[in-house]
Amino acid sequence: MHEMSIAEGIVDIALDTLKANEGHVIHAIQLKLGVMSGVEPDALQFCFDSVTKNTAAENAVLQIEMIPLCGKCLDCDKEFSVTDYVFKCPHCGSLAISTITGRELQVASIDMD
Amino acid sequence: MEVKVMTNVLAKNDAIAADLQRLFKEKNIFVFNLLGSPGAGKTSLLEATLKELAEEYSLAVIEGDLYTAKDAERIHKLGIPVLQINTVGGCHLDAKMIEDALSELDLDKLDMIIIENVGNLVCPAEFAIGEAMKVTVLSVTEGEDKPLKYPLIFKESKAVLLNKVDLLPYIPFDKEKAVTDIKNLNPEVSLFEVSCTAKTGLTEWTDWLKAQIEAVRKG
Repeated sequence: MHEMSIAEGIVDIALDTLKANEGHVIHAIQLKLGVMSGVEPDALQFCFDSVTKNTAAENAVLQIEMIPLCGKCLDCDKEFSVTDYVFKCPHCGSLAISTITGRELQVASIDMD
Repeated sequence: MEVKVMTNVLAKNDAIAADLQRLFKEKNIFVFNLLGSPGAGKTSLLEATLKELAEEYSLAVIEGDLYTAKDAERIHKLGIPVLQINTVGGCHLDAKMIEDALSELDLDKLDMIIIENVGNLVCPAEFAIGEAMKVTVLSVTEGEDKPLKYPLIFKESKAVLLNKVDLLPYIPFDKEKAVTDIKNLNPEVSLFEVSCTAKTGLTEWTDWLKAQIEAVRKG
């Protein structure tokens, strides 16, 4: 259940941002979550609700945007969607693939007043 | 109002991990993060590895465990310096825990530190702890479906050891499937087939490890 530490991290970022902008309440937090981030969205929602209790984010909504797994071939430069975790270029067969999306675990923006 | 942030949730952890990585590099210490399920044989592999390398190199171990010091006691018996970190229910080690523990080690004298993480194929994959690389142990009794069920850890590991291969004649483990899936995820991975009980395949593994230590020693 590392979702608990992840949820704490998200709330820390939100509260720091709230303070920096002299706000008083957080309405929503937008999170980008890669499908290969290792984080389970349902578990994260559950933990988020418990760690926001008695904070300025108490009734905030955690809006999770799932980001698909995409690779880029380092040989032919083409981008493709990675299916079944096969990191092989479907165009030229190369195994030199860099993961361009799908590992995100990033707070994108925060709605506050 | 909406405030753009674009901050990685693990940024604080990653910053400490990057500092630790720099420190280990400066001291020419090779550090790896040993991962795997509970019962995969991480501590047995560690014992076999330490016995092989202790004469030639100066080693230390950091043991992550939920509540007990059982693994640390096994390492202590071998006469290797070992630090115990109890996560008290936490499913992984994080960089701050390693930073706090380090003051008890004499970094000027070490060639390698092995950090045995909490037994778990999910959470430890996500947290960098200052290691040069991750190494994952998968025992054949866990089933060949594990690489695709837990892709991140196999994608992130520089080496994967298939352990308990002496049991292959007795269990329906599809080794070819497991190896194909691991290589599809991670084409560059170094794969070792070992049995810590039957003591097979360990020389290939420790030779590979010695090469990593030597490379770091030379800077």
